[in-house]
Amino acid sequence: MATTNHQHPPIINALYDDDDVLLKGVKDLKAKGYTIAEVYSPFPIHGLDHAMGLKRTRIAIAAFMYGCLGLITAISLTYGMMIVDWPMNIGGKPSFTWGENMPAFVPIMFELTVFFAAHLMVWTFFIRNDIYPGRKAQNPDPRTTDDKFLMEVELSGDKEELMSLLRDSGAIEISEKN
Amino acid sequence: MFEFTGKLKRTTFILMLIGAVSIGASFFVGGEHHEADHTEHHESNAHHEDGEHHEAEENHHEEANHESAAAGHGHGGHGDHPYHADPSEGDKFHKGASRSTRDHNHFYASEEHHDAEHAHHQVANKPWANLLVNNFFFLAIALGALFFLAIQYAAQAGWAIVVTRIMESMSQFLIIPGIIMIVLIVLGLGHSHHIWHWMQEGIMTPGTENYDEIIAGKQAYLNGPFYVIRAVIYIIGWVGAAMLLRKMSKKLETTNDPNRLWVKMRNLSAGFLVFFAVTSSTSAWDWIMSIDTHWFSTLFGWYVFAGMFVSALTVMTMLVLFLKKLGYLPEVNHSHIQDLGKFMFAFSVFWTYLWFSQFMLIWYSNIPEEVTYYMARWGEYKGLFFTMLAMNFIFPILILMSRDTKRNYGFLVTAGIIMIIGHWLDVYIMVTPGTVGSHWSLGLIQLGTFLGYAGVFLFVVFSSLAKAKLMPEGHPMLQESKYHHI
Repeated sequence: MATTNHQHPPIINALYDDDDVLLKGVKDLKAKGYTIAEVYSPFPIHGLDHAMGLKRTRIAIAAFMYGCLGLITAISLTYGMMIVDWPMNIGGKPSFTWGENMPAFVPIMFELTVFFAAHLMVWTFFIRNDIYPGRKAQNPDPRTTDDKFLMEVELSGDKEELMSLLRDSGAIEISEKN
Repeated sequence: MFEFTGKLKRTTFILMLIGAVSIGASFFVGGEHHEADHTEHHESNAHHEDGEHHEAEENHHEEANHESAAAGHGHGGHGDHPYHADPSEGDKFHKGASRSTRDHNHFYASEEHHDAEHAHHQVANKPWANLLVNNFFFLAIALGALFFLAIQYAAQAGWAIVVTRIMESMSQFLIIPGIIMIVLIVLGLGHSHHIWHWMQEGIMTPGTENYDEIIAGKQAYLNGPFYVIRAVIYIIGWVGAAMLLRKMSKKLETTNDPNRLWVKMRNLSAGFLVFFAVTSSTSAWDWIMSIDTHWFSTLFGWYVFAGMFVSALTVMTMLVLFLKKLGYLPEVNHSHIQDLGKFMFAFSVFWTYLWFSQFMLIWYSNIPEEVTYYMARWGEYKGLFFTMLAMNFIFPILILMSRDTKRNYGFLVTAGIIMIIGHWLDVYIMVTPGTVGSHWSLGLIQLGTFLGYAGVFLFVVFSSLAKAKLMPEGHPMLQESKYHHI
């Protein structure tokens, strides 16, 4: 515990019962120079990521590359199976070159592009967010899965000042994370 | 309030003048001078294999390409005429099928007479086909805009209200290509041109020289009076909806109860969408698919609709960007622009999906009566065919995939210009092979006609934009649209 305290500043939890109040609180605290470590909410709040100053996700770039990987896989798959290894005459179609038969392979190319992009994107998301089967829930307060919103603020400077700021912003409960 | 300045007016007038000159020149050149026509063809088409063309031209009267067609199905000397494909194979394998027998079949009835006559028709068709391509392309843009407008009301969508005035103005153009379309149809029935092959005299009368059994079998649907009635119904329905929606949208500003009127507009839009769902398909069959009268595709209406919608979305986005550049539409923010870009991207992919669905099934089954359509587009038109596909699929998907490019005006305009040209080429490739065959050309006349139509279109759009506020005041969802943020 001591080592983690050394690495991270202490965290103050503030509980809200309205997403608009929370959003305004996040903006006010950011404006005062505090760092918002995390926000827990039962539903996505529009504009929250921007207000928290989160970087834009790069998962779109990853998805594009996964899609390209899927496309290449599909092309090599069809080429290997249908042209090189075992050319098959289906419906009298020329099976000697990949190019002549390409329209027949388009559905495969499309499906594998989507498959690779979608599945690898999900796994990337899991890995980047440290989510894996059997992991213990990190939620500091179960009520945030129902109708409450919780904000974790990194404590810097005077603790009492931050506490009063949070009280003024409309938080209904304030506690220190242990 | 948008001001239609003298400078803009002058530009549209110059475009209209170019169009008038081009259409005049097309009738002067296209109808009379066969030789001039041919040289123009060779000069204007760089990516065309000249050697193959000459060969095909020589073979034209001898019908020598029948052997090669039967031997190497799908490759070889097919460039010349789609309907002369492999009768020998057909005789062997499809004795019962009327398409392959020479008796009672227009295309095999009297080859020598028919070929000479057909070549003459094809050259004479050139100016008319050019007119039809541009007329249909711009009609599609106006109709696509009207469809998008109706969707906004029927779906009770809020985000796009700040740009509905642009859709309204675009749909006001419908009446002009609509009337020209009816004129074209009436002239066709009067044998002034031969765009629609089934209109030929005697083609449905047994015993006459031109008799064609297959075409005669379609008489219940493809006959003069019904054809004209249908066209008139389409145009009245579309133009009526466009004018009513425009009128009601203007009335929203002054009425005491905008919510009530808005519900009325929603109902009208929903009714129009049902009408449009049927007529967009049937009009595509009537005006485009019946050019290749023997051929049919159940997907054709949707394919034409997809091209129509994506062209309209693209033109609309270009107009929004243009107005923003002039300093209008401050309410349109980056989120609106990105959403319009998304629509362009998504419906490019949708168009490709439908295009490919139609192509692959026909390619895969390889049935002579179906595959003729792509045979005609594979030989002479191969270069255009693939250029069009690249412009309508590969460019938009690569340019507009990223979020940042959809918010960048430069990228959007680049993609938009490529897509507009691409979809114009798509319409060109739908119409031209069946009407002018190997006598096609792509040059100043086509460009000029396009610019002329663009001039009239922009004139109508800008004048109707200037007649009302750019924001539909009184619309219950205007405020929501102004706050649109993604």
